[in-house]
Order: sequence, then C-alpha cells, then structure tokens
Amino acid sequence: MGPTAKRTWIQAWLFLSPAMILLIAFTHYPAAVTLFHSFFSTPRGKRPAKFVGLENYQTLIADDTFWIVLVNNLWYALVTIPLSIGIAIAMALWVDSKLKGRSFVRMAYFTPTVLPLIAVANIWMFFYTPGFGLIDQIRGAFGFAQQNWLGDPESALNAVIVVTIWKEAGFFMIFYLAALQTIPASLREAAAIEGAGRWYFFRRITFPLLMPTTLFVSVNAIINSFRLVDHIFIMTEGGPDNASSLLLFYIYETAFRFWDTAYASTLTVVLLLILFAVAIGQFLLLDKRVHYR
Amino acid sequence: MSAARAFRLDYDRALNTTAAWALALVWFAPLIYAVWTAFHPTEFSTRFVLTAPLTLKNFVAAWNAAPFARYFLNTVLLVTSILIGQFVLCTLAAFAFARFDFRGRDTVFVLVLLQLLVMPDILIVENYRTMRFLGLVDTIIAIGLPYMASGFGIFLLRQTFKTIPKELDDAARVEGAGFFTILMKVYVPLAKPTYLAYGLVSVSHHWNNFLWPLIITNSVDTRPVTVGLSVFSSTDQGIDWAVITAATLMTSGPLLIAFLLFQRQFVQSFMRAGIK
Repeated sequence: MGPTAKRTWIQAWLFLSPAMILLIAFTHYPAAVTLFHSFFSTPRGKRPAKFVGLENYQTLIADDTFWIVLVNNLWYALVTIPLSIGIAIAMALWVDSKLKGRSFVRMAYFTPTVLPLIAVANIWMFFYTPGFGLIDQIRGAFGFAQQNWLGDPESALNAVIVVTIWKEAGFFMIFYLAALQTIPASLREAAAIEGAGRWYFFRRITFPLLMPTTLFVSVNAIINSFRLVDHIFIMTEGGPDNASSLLLFYIYETAFRFWDTAYASTLTVVLLLILFAVAIGQFLLLDKRVHYR
Repeated sequence: MSAARAFRLDYDRALNTTAAWALALVWFAPLIYAVWTAFHPTEFSTRFVLTAPLTLKNFVAAWNAAPFARYFLNTVLLVTSILIGQFVLCTLAAFAFARFDFRGRDTVFVLVLLQLLVMPDILIVENYRTMRFLGLVDTIIAIGLPYMASGFGIFLLRQTFKTIPKELDDAARVEGAGFFTILMKVYVPLAKPTYLAYGLVSVSHHWNNFLWPLIITNSVDTRPVTVGLSVFSSTDQGIDWAVITAATLMTSGPLLIAFLLFQRQFVQSFMRAGIK
C-alpha cells in the first residue's frame, strides 16, 4: 500500500468503525458463536458447559416438536408468501388505477403496516373467539356451528396465517406501487391501440416488468416468515400442542422458558442455514437477472 | 367505441371498484371494530346497536390498570435513541462506502448487507448473553443497541450519497474543508429526504418491535408499550375485551394518528426506502 492508499484506508476506517463494531458485536459474532455453542451442553448451576459434539443435533433429529415446528414454518411460508404477494399486486394495481375513493382505499390497505402486530393480535383474537367473536357471529347468522379457531389444532396455524397476510400485503403493495409508477404510460397507450385486453397487458407486460420487485419482495417475505412471531405470543402461545408454533417461537421457548440455551443455539443454527439458503438463492437469481439485462 | 365495448369497460370498472372496496373494508375492519369496542360499554362489544352510548371509561380503566405513561416514556426514549444512533453511525459508514476507495471495501460492504438477512431479532440467545456480559440486561439502551448499526440504513444512505456529484466535494476540498465538514455541509443536507424516509421507517419499526424488548426487559422502568400491552392483556384482564381494545388503541394511537395525518408522506417514504 502506498502512503496515499494507506491514508485513505485509515480515514475510511475512522468513519466505518463505530458501525462495524456494533454490527460485528450483534450480528457476525453472535452468528458464529451460535454455531460454536451448538456443540456444547447447557451450563446448569455449578456445572459448566462441556463439549458434546453432535449430541444436540442428535436430539434435534429425534425431537418431534422440532419437526412439527419446522413443517409448520414451511407451511406458514408456503401459504403466506404467495398469497400476500398476490394480494399486494392486486392492491397496487387497484390503487394505481383511477379508482373512486382511491386515497381511502390506499390508506386502508396500508394501515396494518403501521400497527404493532402485538396490538392487532388482540383484536384478531377477539374476532376468533368461539361463540361471540365476530367470525362466529357472522357464521352463526348463516346457521353454522361455533368453531374454536385458535384452540383447534386443525385451524390454529391457518388462523395465524390469515393475520400475517393481513399484516404483510399492504406493506408489499407499497413496493409494487413504486414499481408500477416507473412503467411508462406510452406502453399502456400502445397496447390500447393494439387492442390488447387488460388481462393480456398484465400478463405480457406489467407482470414481467414487476419481476425484480417480486424478487425483492419475496426475499423480504421469506425472511419475515421466519422472523414474525409476535402475534403467536398473544393468540396461541404456539398451541394447541405446538400446532401453531414457528421456529423462532420455539427457539424463544427453549432459551427463555426452559433455559436450554445450547439446544436453542442448535435450533438457531437451523434457522441461520435456512436464511443462508435464501441468500444463495437470491444471489443466483439476481445473477441471472443481470445476465439477461 | 362500440356500445358493447363501452358496456364491458363500465362493467369491468364497476367490478374492480367493488372488489377493491371490499378488500379495503376487510383490511380496515379490525380497526373499525377496535374503535367501536373501545368507545362503547362492554356489553356492546358484540352487539352493534347504533344508539349504544359512547364512553371513555374503557380508556380510563386501561390507563389506570397498568403504568402506560411509563411504557410510553420508555418507547419514546427507545425510539429516539435508536434513531439518533442510526443516523450518526449509518451516515459515517455510508460516507466511507460511497466516497473512499479502500482495499477490502466490497468485502466489508457484503458483511454489512448480511444484516439485512440475519437481523438481531433472530440471534436472541447470543445477544442476550452479550447484554448480560455487558451488565445491560433490563436497560433501554440494551433494547436499542443491536439495531443502531443498521445494514438497511447504511445501504440506503450509501445509495443516496453516491448520487451526489463528486465535483461538489472537490470544490469544498479546494476551499480547505476536511472530510467531516464536507459530510456535514454537503452530504447530510442533500440527503434530507432519505433521512426523513428512513426516520419514519425506523420509528414505526421500533415502536412496533416486540420479541427482543420482551426478552431483554423485565421491569416497568424499561418495558416499551408493546411489551407492556402484552403483559397487560395476558394477565387478569382476560375477558374484558372493551378494556383490552382500549389499551390496544392507546398503544398504537400515537403512530396511528401520525399515520393518518402524514399518510401521503408515510406511504411515499416507505416507497422511497424500498427502492433498491
């Protein structure tokens, strides 16, 4: 390094170091140490942690709850991601067109985004209350029987999923709205002259042009599907019988209710691996996109 | 345009308008419902009679049942300290990435972007351990610290800084200004819209954040409103929905009012913040 390069390097690091120290302390270091701790036992009382090799991972494989939670989380991701993205696209198209009362509609779609999930979970829980909750009242008016939406293992997870979609779609709409506004009006005019129908125009022009946004939004949605567990605390506590538990919620329970930090670290490693796979997938997809541009 | 085609377009438009409105009402329903329940006596929680008497009793009851004033103060302290921390740290780092050409820059930048993927919320076990080691468990600073060096903020400000013409800082350099002066006099003022957008996103995110604050706090003096609300609604309040919805509305109130007032700016700032 020449003297100028060295000076630039020092100056750059003077600007960088405050942020980098915190980033390393609360992201990179804990991620690395999580892996390390997953090979140790949980220290209890006077008994310190000792190296146990892959024992925690063997426990993990034999742990039925882990598999239930993992399948739950995959189902949760598989349902919430496409549905919230699909609804978000519809919302964005509507709000972007000349719609009566457009500003109210846009506000209504976006409102869930600014409300704390923990707060709206209370309201939704009331909706789901068997017998006198809003949903059962409406069903009752049509002569359906009462249903314990959150207490039934069959429906608990899906009830939680509905809340997630309600929360997320409006947020994703914003990104689509931004993307729609970059599509030149001349394209639409040209298509109209050619006599292309609305659906045809959407399928052949709008949707492909929204692809980069969809990619960006999907990555966000995947991360969120492994991160958003707030409503579970209020609505189901993961129950009944783990039917609505998700991976991060299980990590929380393991670490802060049962104080089994080593096993929680092992579970966190699984979560990190999933996110890592997402990152690689995103990188490959982005790479492809760059090529055909 | 033929009559048949005009009819089809009209029909199409009506259908779309109806669907858009129906969805909007579904999306808005929980809020309308919460407002109805919170402002009426408990017995009207599930009975929608237009002549039901209005009341503020539920709010009074909720306010008196838990130290919400303290919770609000904690949240305000938390959100402001995070915002200040993020503005300072992300500005400095973003400037380094945008304007210095140093060895290893790209590698370090990838390390920053990794945080978009692995957020501190996920690493609760180790971050709790670190906080205990630092003796910061159950402090407001411990809730905020992991979020201050935000990968998103650094990325966003770097993008903005890169659009500022280099000639501007060359000119300032000729006049003898140092890097820090250039940053404060040229870059920060020109990036004002980005700061506003980022600020709104950050405030709303951390006002609403729950899991990490839940873990790291365990007393009234540090709990933010989200955690306060969860403690409140999981205790003996049990079934008094009117009081719980009143507390729920209070918790989200300030943000909701801000949103209703600055709706346009809110939405635009999210749009701007999201563009990659």
